[in-house]
Amino acid sequence: MSNSVHKAMPHESAVLHVTGAARYVDDIRAPQNTAVIVPGLSPVAKGKIKTLKLDDVRAHDGVITVLTAEDIPGHNDVSPVFGDDPMLAEGEVHYAGQIIYAVVAEDVRSARAAMKKAVVEIEAETPVLTIDEAMAGAHFLDKPWTVATGDAERAIKSAAHQIEGVLYVGGQEHFYLEGQAALAIPEENNQVTIHVSSQHPTEIQHKVAEVLGYAFHDVQVEVRRMGGGFGGKESQGNHPACLSALAATVTGRPVKMVYDRDDDMKITGKRHDIKISYRAGFNDDGRLEGVIFDQALRCGMSFDLSKAISERAVLHADNAYHIPNLDVTAYLCRTNTPSNTAFRGFGGPQGMMGIERVIDEIAHHLKRDPLEVRKVNFYPDHDANTHGSTHYGQVVKDSVINDLVAKLEETSSYKRRRSAIEDWNKSSASVKRGIALTPVKFGISFNKTMLNQAGALVHVYTDGTVMLNHGGTEMGQGLFTKVKQITAEVFGIAPELIRTTPTHTGKVPNTSATAASSGTDLNGMAAFNAASTIKARMADHLATLHQCTAEDVIFKDSQVHVKDTVMSFAEASNLCWQGRISLSSTGYYATPEIHWNPEEGKGRPFFYYAYGAAVTEVAVDVKTGEHRLLSVDILHDAGKSINPALDLGQIEGGYIQGVGWLTLEEVVYGNDGRLLSHAPATYKIPAASDRPLAQKIELYPSKGNLSDTIYKSKAVGEPPLMLGMSAFFALSHALSFTGEEYPALNAPATAECLSMTAARQ
Amino acid sequence: MSKAITTTIETRPVSFMLNGEVIAVAPDQVDMTLLNWLRQSRHLTGSKEGCAEGDCGACSVIISRKQNDGSISHDAANACILLLPMLDGLVVTTIEYIAGPKGALHPVQEAMVNFHGSQCGFCTPGFVISMVAGWRQGMIWARQEIEDLIAGNLCRCTGYGPIIAAAESLSTAKRPQWEEARLQEEAAWLEAHQITSLKTGEDRVFVAPNDLEDLSKTIAENPHAQIIAGATDIGLWVTKKHQILPAFISVMRVPELQEIIEDEDGFLIGCGVSHETAKVRLADAFPQLEELWRRFGSSQVRATGTVCGNLANGSPIGDLPPALLALGASLTLRHGDAERCVTLDKFYHDYMVNDLKDGEWVKAVYIPKLRADQHLMIHKISRRFDQDISAVMGAFCYQTKDGMVTEARIGFGGMAAVPARALKTEAAMVGHKMGESFDAEMRDCINADFTPIDDVRASASYRLSVASALLARSVDEEPSYLAGKGIEALTLNGAAE
Repeated sequence: MSNSVHKAMPHESAVLHVTGAARYVDDIRAPQNTAVIVPGLSPVAKGKIKTLKLDDVRAHDGVITVLTAEDIPGHNDVSPVFGDDPMLAEGEVHYAGQIIYAVVAEDVRSARAAMKKAVVEIEAETPVLTIDEAMAGAHFLDKPWTVATGDAERAIKSAAHQIEGVLYVGGQEHFYLEGQAALAIPEENNQVTIHVSSQHPTEIQHKVAEVLGYAFHDVQVEVRRMGGGFGGKESQGNHPACLSALAATVTGRPVKMVYDRDDDMKITGKRHDIKISYRAGFNDDGRLEGVIFDQALRCGMSFDLSKAISERAVLHADNAYHIPNLDVTAYLCRTNTPSNTAFRGFGGPQGMMGIERVIDEIAHHLKRDPLEVRKVNFYPDHDANTHGSTHYGQVVKDSVINDLVAKLEETSSYKRRRSAIEDWNKSSASVKRGIALTPVKFGISFNKTMLNQAGALVHVYTDGTVMLNHGGTEMGQGLFTKVKQITAEVFGIAPELIRTTPTHTGKVPNTSATAASSGTDLNGMAAFNAASTIKARMADHLATLHQCTAEDVIFKDSQVHVKDTVMSFAEASNLCWQGRISLSSTGYYATPEIHWNPEEGKGRPFFYYAYGAAVTEVAVDVKTGEHRLLSVDILHDAGKSINPALDLGQIEGGYIQGVGWLTLEEVVYGNDGRLLSHAPATYKIPAASDRPLAQKIELYPSKGNLSDTIYKSKAVGEPPLMLGMSAFFALSHALSFTGEEYPALNAPATAECLSMTAARQ
Repeated sequence: MSKAITTTIETRPVSFMLNGEVIAVAPDQVDMTLLNWLRQSRHLTGSKEGCAEGDCGACSVIISRKQNDGSISHDAANACILLLPMLDGLVVTTIEYIAGPKGALHPVQEAMVNFHGSQCGFCTPGFVISMVAGWRQGMIWARQEIEDLIAGNLCRCTGYGPIIAAAESLSTAKRPQWEEARLQEEAAWLEAHQITSLKTGEDRVFVAPNDLEDLSKTIAENPHAQIIAGATDIGLWVTKKHQILPAFISVMRVPELQEIIEDEDGFLIGCGVSHETAKVRLADAFPQLEELWRRFGSSQVRATGTVCGNLANGSPIGDLPPALLALGASLTLRHGDAERCVTLDKFYHDYMVNDLKDGEWVKAVYIPKLRADQHLMIHKISRRFDQDISAVMGAFCYQTKDGMVTEARIGFGGMAAVPARALKTEAAMVGHKMGESFDAEMRDCINADFTPIDDVRASASYRLSVASALLARSVDEEPSYLAGKGIEALTLNGAAE
């Protein structure tokens, strides 16, 4: 019987959030002489820097110094893996928005005024901007990478029917409400402390050390919370952190760098846009015989995390469907645009869009309900006699997709509504409605096996309060709340007795990014192990004192029961301290059973899969393309949820973010490669009225994760984003009433895109 | 360029009430934003910068002011684009002054906690502020009302559902005693505070005369100064374009400019009247304008920005000009003691060039009422339904006899360098029977009237095709179900329950 887990609890910072007391990096009461940095950006997408005259900027009132590449004592690099992201441009620029120099000033206003005096002359060269340009000129970061099973070519040829086509899916700006931010404080003996809004404190530590030429132990990094991350702070925080650290060591003063919104959007990478070319062969029922995908991703000017992202795109090309012959090739297009980066789903959403498009088009071809085509292709559920293997060799043994979709089809009255829509559309000329049910199967674990490890540090104090620390970061997803619940459950104490302290490289070392939806799986288990170690020591000692066995010592309701004696958890802690029992422990966890061979594209990269499905109904004015979401029904598998309220929050928020990606948000570059949509005036994320008028969002009644995860829960950060696909395919359904030809809709399905597709232009 | 201002007004500090405390501050820079001042000088960091352009609402604060009728209004506003001197004589409440004594949560805050309305928490203070503003306005917390209230607050985490659920729960909540006491204290201060002229700043100054003659004289004598009202655009010149404007003259302190005067034929709206005030006052006469205003900016922008500011600004994608072109509105322009009247269609000359001479200013706009035989339709096409700049805006005013158009006035935004009438289309519309479709020939008219451009919001070809679609819609019997209340009807008619 649990007291703290499988329970809805408010976010641990909820009261701080609603009172404005929650502190973000820019809110820290920095020392009085803290300086600020404003970056000087390249207006040109590609070229050679001919002149860089910054003396007048340096001489301007309020400017302390101006940093260029020459000032860097260590490596001029802020990249996460490949060493290809200069912190400050050296000799050439590779995208419009690249940082060339950094003004260190007393205040932002002085810096901005001074920057008008900068003389930067760049000899512009012809940039490579689009996926098509990169594909045509073979501008790739890496050689194309294929994962295949069976003989797709032959299967397509010998199938009863074939289709082929192309789908473009646009990128997505993270639009975390808090921009990138870092504060560097110089310390004694050539050390530096960094407060930063980052999902990856350890990488910040490494990059700062490398830029400064320091050892890792000279850099301390602390992250209390982020005002949103979504993947956009997995590697993109390196830049402001390293610049602040350099400025702090050069000036000897604390230095803060907070990107304003426009700079943030121009400098940082986004979700990869993708061009998917597909060919598919299928039988009369829509059963897939063979599918070939070419996935061309716009990576931008450097790798960043593109290799791993393209891997996940390839590995999710099957979504929830067993395809006996599948051939997927990824092309990493190098373009003169910001280096695209992690974004919730990490390539998975792009991969899935390809197969969902194929299914949708097959259904149109066969004049069937796409849901029927989906169902004949699903992987068998866990309780079936046989299981299907993915194209990368992992057998899908834990599927619940058939059962989950059957339940959702029933509770959403999908069939009745679809036929009602067909009738309704007959009598409506300009407004057409549409409905779609789409599934999600998402692999949980970092693709890179080595990253699947985590640590925690737990102290019990003699007043019975507990300090909890772990390597995961809080970006709003509720990780701190869930891990606190887990720790409270272990000790049988009220969560209020536990204080979670900011993530700190000095407390838990060598951590992985809080990413891949794995935060709770990894850090929750590490904290569980740390707390369990202390609890076992306490139980042993108390058993000795009371001459019983450790099994007789029961921790519950913030009390400890030892045979007939009942003491408070505080008394028990104090007794253990008096008995010279260590009340502090680290905990460690490494995900078992996973392995991956990237050369062969085979292995078991994922510990388990998360499943979900959504039904969305839409209405479109096909003349203007105006569209609204009428309703959504979601059923999502969170295993045995640790905190159903937080999980439902992730599901709803993820769905809307996915809807934004596919129907509303558009990253627009000019012909010269400059980002045109660089502020919320021009880049529109969903507002309150964009959510469906009716919503029913529920957790799948799971008996628990079939894999041995923390309290049998499932990761829930990324998978719900892909539920947003149902809105896109509902729009496709609505457009199918405007002509015989398949409405080959691209994303984002903006009003303009919808009206053009409705007219089959 | 001269920075000095010729005026007899004495320099004094900006005075306002902040979180129950009376403040007198002489800002170093007269264009210091309220947000920067709160965060940097007062260490009140609960209000956040999310965009510095009034689009995300993370910086929202409540502005309370005494209206001409003596009542006190409470509105959320974007602190990131309010200049500090604009607050003189007003009451400002930040997130730090929403909870009660000893950390007692306000009912809005309690609801946000209980309904899991925050995730990362960065946007949350702004949402709480908007909801408390609604609470103080006496909202009934219907779904549509809530969506309008928070249209200017962006959240990237929650998908809004929990926030809306929190808001809906407020219909039964009670106002705490301590909040009542605070509101009374603020009301007493507003009551006692005289609206006097303001001049503040050393090097660069901000002047706000409280007398019409004085205002007009100051503007005439200082043509280099920037005239300012709600600053919902000028604020961005400061925060986004990093302009250093030499001086400001505010039109917001003259009581008669804050008035709407209704006569038999129309409404005269003074240049100090906010969109929100006009929206409420004109709702009965122009339900179409009310719907347009509902989608104009956000509640924060409507509370601050002015009707005449939107017209004087004259952006080709402004929301009001097309509608008022169709209605045949006219402007009162004033220079010193002299006033002249110009119809709106003669006011716009070219991209951001208008009929104003040096030292002349827009004093008021006159909107004629619709006669019984006139029909007005306004359609806004934007990427996002709420709080977005239009890609194309079409406004259609038809005079009809026996279902036949006898006179047409059509205003478009987003189709040319200025908001403009579709003159060829207007001529072609005469004689058209309402309810009868046309499409092809009328598309030619629109194409003859306009040569739009490609930009970040839409392509030229989409603009042309959507403009003809809107024209077709303007004579169609079938309403668009996707805007306004139509969408609700669609759901009820449909199978989704």
